[in-house]
Amino acid sequence: MAKKEFSVLNLLDLELEGHNSLHLRCLSGRRGLVRTIQVPDLNRPGLALSGFFDSFAHERVQVFGLGEVSYLRKLEKEKKDVDLRTFFSQEIPCCVFTHDLEPTEQFAKISEEVGCPLLQTSLKSTDFSSRILRVFSNIFAPSQTLHGVLVEVYGVGIILLGDSGVGKSETALELIERGHRLVADDTVEIRCVNGNTILGQGANKIISHHMEIRGLGIINIAQLYGVGAIREQKKVQLVVKLAEWDADKVYDRLGTKQNTTDLLGVKVRLIEIPVRPGRNVPIIIETAAMNERLQSMGYHSARDFNINVLKWIETGDAQAAYYGSEDVY
Amino acid sequence: MKEKLLTVRNRAGIHARPAALIAQTANKFASEILIERGDTVINAKSIMGVITMAAGYNTTLTLRATGSDEEAAVAAIYALFESKFEEE
Repeated sequence: MAKKEFSVLNLLDLELEGHNSLHLRCLSGRRGLVRTIQVPDLNRPGLALSGFFDSFAHERVQVFGLGEVSYLRKLEKEKKDVDLRTFFSQEIPCCVFTHDLEPTEQFAKISEEVGCPLLQTSLKSTDFSSRILRVFSNIFAPSQTLHGVLVEVYGVGIILLGDSGVGKSETALELIERGHRLVADDTVEIRCVNGNTILGQGANKIISHHMEIRGLGIINIAQLYGVGAIREQKKVQLVVKLAEWDADKVYDRLGTKQNTTDLLGVKVRLIEIPVRPGRNVPIIIETAAMNERLQSMGYHSARDFNINVLKWIETGDAQAAYYGSEDVY
Repeated sequence: MKEKLLTVRNRAGIHARPAALIAQTANKFASEILIERGDTVINAKSIMGVITMAAGYNTTLTLRATGSDEEAAVAAIYALFESKFEEE
C-alpha cells in the first residue's frame, strides 16, 4: 500500500466538528504548509530549545505549551540568544502553540524566513494532544478498499462479499427494505483503528449511498428510503461471503465451528452462504446478525443445543422416550 | 497476470456512461479485473466502483487482469479507453 501523504495544509483543512475540532489557524510560515507530516506523533521541544539536540524528534509536530512559551519569553527578556536557527534547521513539519499563546517576535521572524508553519489553537495542551492523536490514528490507520456492500443489520456491521453478479446489491436492497441500513455499496473502504477495530465507510462521500441494481440502474438510497436507511460508517463485525451454490462443497450444517477471516490483520467472523434461486438470503443474514449478537452476549445456539443433547442422552430419558411413558421436555 | 497503463482521453472523464461501458465490457470476461488509481484499487466489474475513482481527463490508471482470458480482457478495455468511450 502506498504511504499516505498528509501535509500540514491537509491538517488545517480537516472538517472536524464539536469536540473533535482542533481549532487550528496559521500564524506565519504559510510557505511551509505543504510540508508533510511523516510521523503521526507529537513532541514537546523543551530540551531542544535549551540547546540539546541529541535524539530530537524533529519529524513530529512540535507542541508549544505554557512552559515552552514562558521559557522563550524569559530568554527574550534577558536578551539571551536561543539556538533557534539550529532548531529550525531541522526538518520540522509545524509548530503548534496551545492556549492561544503568541510566539515571541524573534521566533515568528525566523519561522517565516525558513518557511516553517506556526499554528495556534485555543485548546489546552492536554486536550490538543489527545484530539490530534485521535485524528492521526484515524488518518494514518492502515486501509484497504473492498468490493462489497457494507450494511448494518440489527446494529451489527456486516460486509457482503462475493463475485460480481452473485446478488450482493440485491440482498442489501432487501435488507434496507426490511428496515436495516446501508453504509456503502460496491466500494467499501476499511480502516484498522487501534489495531483491533475495523471501521468501514464509503470510499467517496458523494456517491456512497447510491446503488446499482441490474435492470434498474443507479438509485439513491437516501432519497428513496430516507435518512434513516443510511449510515456514514460502521464497525465491521461480520463478513458474509455469498457464492453460487456448489453441489460438491460441504456447507456448515451445525454452526459449531467458528470461521474467521483476516481484514488488515484483525480476525473477523466469517460466514459463507450459498446462493440458489429460492433461498432467501436477506433473512439468513438477518438471522446471522441476531445470532452474532446472542453469541457476543454469551449464548451460543449450536453449542448449547449440543450440550443439551448430551445431557439428555446421559439421563436415560432418551431411552424412556421410546416407550412413551414420560414426557422429556 | 496482465498489466497495462490506461489514460483517460475523453474530455468529460469517466462519468456514469463510460463507467457503465467499462463494467459491461469487464463483465464479459471471467478474469478478475482491477483498476488502480493511486492507492485505491477497484473492481472493474462494478459501475459504482469505477465511478468512485473520479478519473478526469488525462488521468493515468493501471489495469490489471488475472485469469484465463486476461489478454482479451485487457485488450478490450484498453480499446474502450482509446476510443474515448465512443464519445468524441
